[in-house]
Amino acid sequence: MNLATLSASYLRARPLNTALSVILLALGVATIVLLLLVVGQAEERMHRDARGIDLVVGAKGSPMQLMLSGIYHLDAPTGNIPLSAAALLSKNRMVKRAMPLALGDSWKGHRIVGAGKEYADHYGAELREGRFYDKPMEAVLGAEVAARTNTRIGATIKGAHGMGSEPGEEHEGAYTVVGVLAKTGSVIDRLVLTPIESVWHVHEEHKEPKEEEPEVTVVLIQYASPLAAATLPRQINSQSELQAASPAYETARLFSIVGVGVEALRAFAAVLILAAGLSVFIALYSALEERRYELAVMRTLGASPGRLFGLLMGEAIALSLLGVVLGLLLGHALASILGAWLERQQHYPVTGLEWRPEELWVAAIALGVGVVAAMVPAWRAYRTDVSRTLARG
Amino acid sequence: MIAVRGLSHRYAQQEVLRLPEWKVAQGERWLVLGPSGCGKTTLLHILAGLVRPSEGQVEVAGESLLKLEGARLDRWRATSVGIVLQALHLVRHLSVRDNLRLAQYLAKAPQDDLRIDDTLGALGVAAKSARRPSELSQGEQQRVAIARAVVNRPKLVLADEPTANLDDAAAATVVELLAEQAGRHGATLVVATHDARVKGKFRERLELAVPAGLSASS
Repeated sequence: MNLATLSASYLRARPLNTALSVILLALGVATIVLLLLVVGQAEERMHRDARGIDLVVGAKGSPMQLMLSGIYHLDAPTGNIPLSAAALLSKNRMVKRAMPLALGDSWKGHRIVGAGKEYADHYGAELREGRFYDKPMEAVLGAEVAARTNTRIGATIKGAHGMGSEPGEEHEGAYTVVGVLAKTGSVIDRLVLTPIESVWHVHEEHKEPKEEEPEVTVVLIQYASPLAAATLPRQINSQSELQAASPAYETARLFSIVGVGVEALRAFAAVLILAAGLSVFIALYSALEERRYELAVMRTLGASPGRLFGLLMGEAIALSLLGVVLGLLLGHALASILGAWLERQQHYPVTGLEWRPEELWVAAIALGVGVVAAMVPAWRAYRTDVSRTLARG
Repeated sequence: MIAVRGLSHRYAQQEVLRLPEWKVAQGERWLVLGPSGCGKTTLLHILAGLVRPSEGQVEVAGESLLKLEGARLDRWRATSVGIVLQALHLVRHLSVRDNLRLAQYLAKAPQDDLRIDDTLGALGVAAKSARRPSELSQGEQQRVAIARAVVNRPKLVLADEPTANLDDAAAATVVELLAEQAGRHGATLVVATHDARVKGKFRERLELAVPAGLSASS
């Protein structure tokens, strides 16, 4: 027997009270852990996908839509811009690199991106099988696309107009898969890559006047020097058909919008943890009355007041530890379930198999709440007047 | 063993106990008698170091209790005194065995299952060691309470109205068991009671009177 087993045997004798405190605490911890995992992983991924891209240039419209469609391939594009305008940009002295992309079609929910090989190189994507495309109507699949659709080299795929879960009309031209990329953990895993010319080729069918100038959808730009940030976006935005969006600025704006919801959930989790603290307090405090004799008897057996204080503290710490451990497990389990669901929706994946350093803080704070809640009951146990308690019995 | 001189205790300016002189030798068995309100329980609590008397000298088992403080007093109580109470204050959520183990743990004595079995056996409740106190009869609970009081081989065993809730047969047995268990290790036994069935059991008696100014009604 020791303080821990003594505390545990008391908690076991009151299963409902114990369960209530533990469950409240676990729910609070789980909510916060889930938020940490989802928000943290989303931020990390968005940061990784936008790395090395200082500016997205495309047709006029919402700058956030431009960023979401141009970098993350999440939203519909804002429109197209003339190839000549894109070519002009790449000659600008402030531009180190300009990568034009042609968007608009998808295959089985995966976006078909017309891009040069430098786009794959930018994300460090290497070929797992086959070769890179060198002529129109050849395609290279991202790792996730190949895995999910179980497609091998040599297969032919037909793009459909539009994107998302309900694609439009299928195009006539078929692409031949010539290569599959290795997994990079970035957005390119979810894309089908093809030369820009293929996209033009496919869309020519719809256009009557053949003399029309070829178009691209966005240009991803890397600055030649940080000074470009001051002048280049303004210079581009002053042109009537172009718009420039800064991924850094737009992502920050996006998170400040989503942040309201995240803050609300965080506050809700904090309320749950406080309620758990209150539940620990009430459980210990209300039990003091019926435990008066028990505590006084322990004093007659030679327990010091400090030992009784430690006993109640031990009970609170055991409750909190149990709640924290359950909460951590539950939070990670929920993240895994959410991850599996998002995977099916072909969104950003979330994993529950990752630990974040902030979780240590959550655990420490939840434990702290339990300890603080036990202070007053433990102090009253410390002050038990043995003689008067026994005389009343 | 026990030496009391000029003892007086007041509670809320009322004198609740007065005992000018009392001496007890090691191994003696005493009854403390008197009506309700005469201070029997207070005297026992003073002897156990649970209450500090307002006045007087108290020496128990070679220690002057007024000189012991805090944790040292708790430690002394754990190893030197065994207490049996009127109401059966066994710890409800612990088994019979764990109630005895609790006494060993709190006295920082080795947790010795053989000693626990031996003590429970001597009191005829060895078969109940895995039970909760609520599953036992009143008489069995009182035997377990006695077992818990003597498991650490104290020099002094104090019992406060140990027969109050028992029928005649059980009351007689409990007093005999108390005397027997105290005798096993040469402990001094002091039983406070106003139970007429117990009065004739020991030769040594201390009659306490209700202090002046207090009504005898309790």
